[in-house]
Amino acid sequence: MYTILKKQALNPTVTLMEIDAPPIAKKAEPGQFIILRVDEDGERIPLTIADFDRQRGTVTIIFQIVGATTERLNHLNQGDCLQDFVGPLGVPSHTEGLQKVCVIGGGVGSAIAYPIAKKLHQNGCQVHAIVGFRNKDLVILEEEFRSVSQRFLLMSDDGTAGEKGLVTDALKKLLDAGEQYDEVIAIGPLVMMKFVCKLTKEYGVKTVVSMNPIMIDGTGMCGGCRLSVGGQTKFACVDGPDFDGHLVDFDEAIQRAAMYKAFEQQRREETCKLFEGV
Amino acid sequence: MPNMSLKKNEMPVQAPEERNRNFDEVALGYTLEQAMDEAARCLNCKHKPCVGGCPVAIDIPAFIQEIKVGNLAKAYEILSASTSLPAVCGRVCPQETQCEQKCVRGIKGEPVAIGRLERFVADWHMQNAKEPPAKPAANGHKAAVIGAGPAGLTCAGDLAKKGYQVTIFEALHLAGGVLVYGIPQFRLPKEIVRKEIDNLKALGVEIQTNMVVGKVLTIDELFEQGFESVFIGSGAGLPNFMRIPGENLKGVYSANEFLTRINLMKAYKADSQTPILHAKNVAVVGGGNVAMDAARCAKRLGAEKVYIVYRRSLEELPARKEEVEHAMEEGIDFRLLNNPTRILGDEQMNVRSMECIQMELGEPDASGRRRPIAKPGSEFQLDVDCVIIAIGTSPNPLLRSTTKGLETNKWGCIVADEKTGATSREGVFAGGDAVTGAATVILAMGAGKAAAKAMDEYMQAKRA
Ligand SMILES: Cc1cc2nc3c(=O)[nH]c(=O)nc-3n(C[C@H](O)[C@H](O)[C@H](O)COP(=O)(O)OP(=O)(O)OC[C@H]3O[C@@H](n4cnc5c(N)ncnc54)[C@H](O)[C@@H]3O)c2cc1C
Ligand code: FES
Repeated sequence: MYTILKKQALNPTVTLMEIDAPPIAKKAEPGQFIILRVDEDGERIPLTIADFDRQRGTVTIIFQIVGATTERLNHLNQGDCLQDFVGPLGVPSHTEGLQKVCVIGGGVGSAIAYPIAKKLHQNGCQVHAIVGFRNKDLVILEEEFRSVSQRFLLMSDDGTAGEKGLVTDALKKLLDAGEQYDEVIAIGPLVMMKFVCKLTKEYGVKTVVSMNPIMIDGTGMCGGCRLSVGGQTKFACVDGPDFDGHLVDFDEAIQRAAMYKAFEQQRREETCKLFEGV
Repeated sequence: MPNMSLKKNEMPVQAPEERNRNFDEVALGYTLEQAMDEAARCLNCKHKPCVGGCPVAIDIPAFIQEIKVGNLAKAYEILSASTSLPAVCGRVCPQETQCEQKCVRGIKGEPVAIGRLERFVADWHMQNAKEPPAKPAANGHKAAVIGAGPAGLTCAGDLAKKGYQVTIFEALHLAGGVLVYGIPQFRLPKEIVRKEIDNLKALGVEIQTNMVVGKVLTIDELFEQGFESVFIGSGAGLPNFMRIPGENLKGVYSANEFLTRINLMKAYKADSQTPILHAKNVAVVGGGNVAMDAARCAKRLGAEKVYIVYRRSLEELPARKEEVEHAMEEGIDFRLLNNPTRILGDEQMNVRSMECIQMELGEPDASGRRRPIAKPGSEFQLDVDCVIIAIGTSPNPLLRSTTKGLETNKWGCIVADEKTGATSREGVFAGGDAVTGAATVILAMGAGKAAAKAMDEYMQAKRA
């Protein structure tokens, strides 16, 4: 039952796991997500599907250790089982018919951007990839991105990897150099997506973002994942997670994402103490 | 001689000021003496009007006569011939508009407490039954059920009793539907739902949780896998919002989210991993059972003030009478004939207040209820830091959008034959909230039962 077949630390705070889940692997498409529970009484958390292998029946997830649940998840090892693993949820990313796309990944969001870049590449689409991290220790999937893109730009906040600067700096440079894209696909922290959208709006380039708000069921049953998109309320779990970035109300999404911050901080500290104790 | 008391035997309950701080069951259940005394109020009418008020036609006078003489095993046998979830229905059915409404004793005085007696017998059985039900002989045929709510569970149970190999596919990590994610512990302890589900498993029903049909599997694939007939009991889980300004502020919940966090995700426990807002002042919008449950949960989480904001009057409140009474006793403040117009927040987008407008009742509308009309200029502010919206739910579009040829109506409800549950797709049957829109446990059960019978006939005819 949902056995962890492989576990690999991609950097000190980001982990990759390959999960045995044949029915989900059979149906998964890039852009979709799963919801998992680590243990009985655990919280339900959504994670985007980073990769899948239909033959072997595996689904890959990549997560950053940010709260109590991801902390607990990171304490499981190869051979351990997850309590629950449900998916594939959400609408797959639209990749058909695109000729030239700029894929942008920020931090662990790169893990979600990568399968989309790969799929586009397989479809014969020209891919420019821009990925940004805080520093060189946090860089993930560099080789993978390189292998599926015609142009690859690595950015870091402190200049220790690739160029110093933000992903928006790199994007602006490409756009100013006259690059024309059918679409920009941006996946990363809300603030990053907000500023990418601000920039591409100025340049009139269609931009798709992947939203990952607080969720419970992931099937449209609670409405906790709702966002304002073009003045309408949408449920990220069933209407998304991909949306037209120029229509998303990012300021609202940023506030809503912070709703339980204090609680999460407290639970995380408790969990850390728990694991230090053993 | 029947007991001619005009009043029902009172239900022993936890004191209001105590219970509104815990999540333990409110109603404690009759003792044997109370039950036998109440049973003696039944006149055992020849024409059995109460049976006509029961959606699953339980032989009510017959089971009550057995209680009267203390033969509880026989009483349970009679109950379980018609209902598969008596411990649940005894607790949550709106008896006052069903069986008890038809009771002759209700003409002068209170009707016989049929619901309480049903619960008494079911609880007695749970405590005393030694063996799980025996697994029936297999007939070698397979049926699939989508959704493990009352409709799906009942359908699965009835098919299993006929020897079918039944698999239930449930989207959530736990079976029970609204019984586990919606109705709170203090009204329906989850152990009771679990025991009913264990009984189904003993009958050989397989329950696959974490299976969202329409996503991981389609109905067409279920047929490819050898299931000969499929029942859809996927409920009406999609929450409706009011479409007023401020609904996306932090501190605004759908009742489904609020109750799911508390019940399914156990946020009522201090050490829960699931966060929930512990608000000081809470407004719950709506007047049904869902609104009552949300309000009483909010109170139990420590809110000082909890309002029910409902646009009609007390008379039109659709909730079970007992729930309304319990809520009032627990200190819930009913602001009737009020309708929210917008929700206001601070800079961090936290809810600070809700603006409401006063209503009055006009002429009856199509539903026969008097239509609420806003009084212009009567807006006022209710100071709250949390708003819970309990104005109804619709069926989830997931199945209709992934199943070719499955007819639905303009509200998104699956179109199904009232008697058999047959849908526009051959071999596919449906029932419960997915067909009717949000209704009741007993109606969902009744639909599951009727469909099981029709599915059996369909599968037999197909084999012949
Ligand atoms: C808070 C609350 C209080 C209530 N109180 C009362 C009461 O006191 N008395 C009363 O009679 N009624 C009450 N009701 C109504 C009653 O609970 C419902 O009418 C009843 O549960 C409907 O049963 P169902 O089997 O049709 O659907 P549900 O109970 O909704 O079950 C449907 C199940 O299907 C699953 N599902 C949905 N889609 C899929 C899919 N695609 N694949 C797999 N599984 C799926 C869902 O996860 C769920 O478990 C209440 C409802 C709520 C929300
Ligand atoms: S997570 Fe519940 S509706 Fe989207």
